[in-house]
Amino acid sequence: MHHLVDPIACLKGAVKRYGQLTALDGVDLHLRPGELLALLGPNGAGKTTAIDLLLGLIRADAGAVELFGQDPQQIGARRRIGVMLQNAFLPPTLRVGELLRLTASYYPAPRALAESAELAGVTDLLKRPYAKLSGGQQRRVQFALAMCGRPELLFLDEPTVGMDIEARQKLWAAIRQLLAEGCSVLLTTHYLEEAEALADRVCVMSGGRKIHEGTVDEMRARVALKRICCRSALSVDMVRAWPEVSEVRRESERLHIAAVDAETVVRRLLDADTDLRELEVQRAGLAEAFTEITRGANNVSSDNQREAA
Amino acid sequence: MGSLLSVTFAPAVCMPPRRVLGAYLEEARSECLRYLRAPGFILPMTLFSTVFYLMFGVVLNHGNPDAARFLLGSYSAFGIIGPGLFGFGVSLAIERDGGLLTLKRALPMPAGAYLLGKMVMAMVAATVVVALLLLIGISLAHVRLRPAQVLALLASGAFGVLPFCALGMFVGTLIKGQGAPGLLNLIYLPMAFLSGLWLPLSMLPRVLQQIAPIWPSYHLNALTQAAVGTNKGPLLGHVLVLLGFAVIFLLLASRRLRRNG
Repeated sequence: MHHLVDPIACLKGAVKRYGQLTALDGVDLHLRPGELLALLGPNGAGKTTAIDLLLGLIRADAGAVELFGQDPQQIGARRRIGVMLQNAFLPPTLRVGELLRLTASYYPAPRALAESAELAGVTDLLKRPYAKLSGGQQRRVQFALAMCGRPELLFLDEPTVGMDIEARQKLWAAIRQLLAEGCSVLLTTHYLEEAEALADRVCVMSGGRKIHEGTVDEMRARVALKRICCRSALSVDMVRAWPEVSEVRRESERLHIAAVDAETVVRRLLDADTDLRELEVQRAGLAEAFTEITRGANNVSSDNQREAA
Repeated sequence: MGSLLSVTFAPAVCMPPRRVLGAYLEEARSECLRYLRAPGFILPMTLFSTVFYLMFGVVLNHGNPDAARFLLGSYSAFGIIGPGLFGFGVSLAIERDGGLLTLKRALPMPAGAYLLGKMVMAMVAATVVVALLLLIGISLAHVRLRPAQVLALLASGAFGVLPFCALGMFVGTLIKGQGAPGLLNLIYLPMAFLSGLWLPLSMLPRVLQQIAPIWPSYHLNALTQAAVGTNKGPLLGHVLVLLGFAVIFLLLASRRLRRNG
């Protein structure tokens, strides 16, 4: 069903070279209406290049780039997007309210200033000059600017860098609210828990290529390992000897076991220790999956790919 | 399903002309506000020419009305160039470096609003500089000017700044970040000297007098001198040279901006 829906933004076989360096090497990317797609990958994977192409900041050397079915360099297409870039030094002497008013003026039907401020949690900052704000406050203002035009698609490039946990949670809540209103989001992030908390789908990039795309669950499933944790007196050596167990360690009274076939290991544990308590079984987190996937890709491509912009 | 949804793409997001105009005005307003609030930017631009004029046109002049009149013209030219070169060049260089220009290009800012905003800011700043010089000239140096002459000098400020905006913009595309002020001063100060804005050309070596017309500031000085009544010659040639200068540097700069961002 999903693949029938026209993407609102897409790269088709996009290639971008900077001299000798291939920053993007034939990437396909499709963003569907209403979803949050997280773009993950180590530095130099090509995430920023992909975003720059979709924003019309650079031109692809080959392949196609579309935003709402148009060339992103068409202003009509960009009137439907909001943007929060990683490094943007906004005019330091302008007040927050003035920045919001200016950015909203670019859009055909922007939000009311108070509404944007409320949604991004910057209502108390409206009269303050931008330069006088803390790093986290500046990020919140940048988020307010990104969604003040009532965009259908929001580009968020590392939105929570420099934010404390509370501010990050608030921003996540605001992003969820926008998603609930039907806005789509393309998110790049270094924080895997951010992708885990927000994303419908993740796309992992490495060395200018897309190496995995799917739901968060699908990505986790790529890593077969599961984590078993329990209170038990069993010795580490004994558990390690079981063929299904790939890793085991003890933290005070708790045993931490990693295994592919968790069911068999749990059965053995319960048989061996009738006093066993607090048993937990978890699938691998996105972090493990990510490490696993990118490690695999690096082994394949490290010879012919240098770190790209 | 696909065709149904592609219908939702079809109505291109229309922006009423009023709102587009509003975006241009907001951009110009913000640009003016942010620089008028930045003392590090506005003070050197206004102080340079006004302090020079106070010193040479008032304090050291011993009441020579002709000298005061001539210096009002030449320091006006000197003061007009500053906002153009620095207002445009330095801010463009810094904003290319700091990512603001990238953000503006990604946002649906109407084409040209960014440059127009800076242009308006430079025109306002140049007019302010000329107004300050006029104030000093009329009240302290006792230069007598007819209202038409005052208006002519203000107008040469507002429009004479444009070729230097184009030159500043070109330099701003050559160099990124904090290096721009140095390079611009290397252009600004020698050019002002060589085109007779500090000392009358007649006091300079003959070679320098002969090559003076290659500097745009020489032609701007011809206009400001005409405004205060010390240049009675024809002006059309000077206006055309300044216009040509503006067009050439604007084309060079926009080519570089398109290619390199």
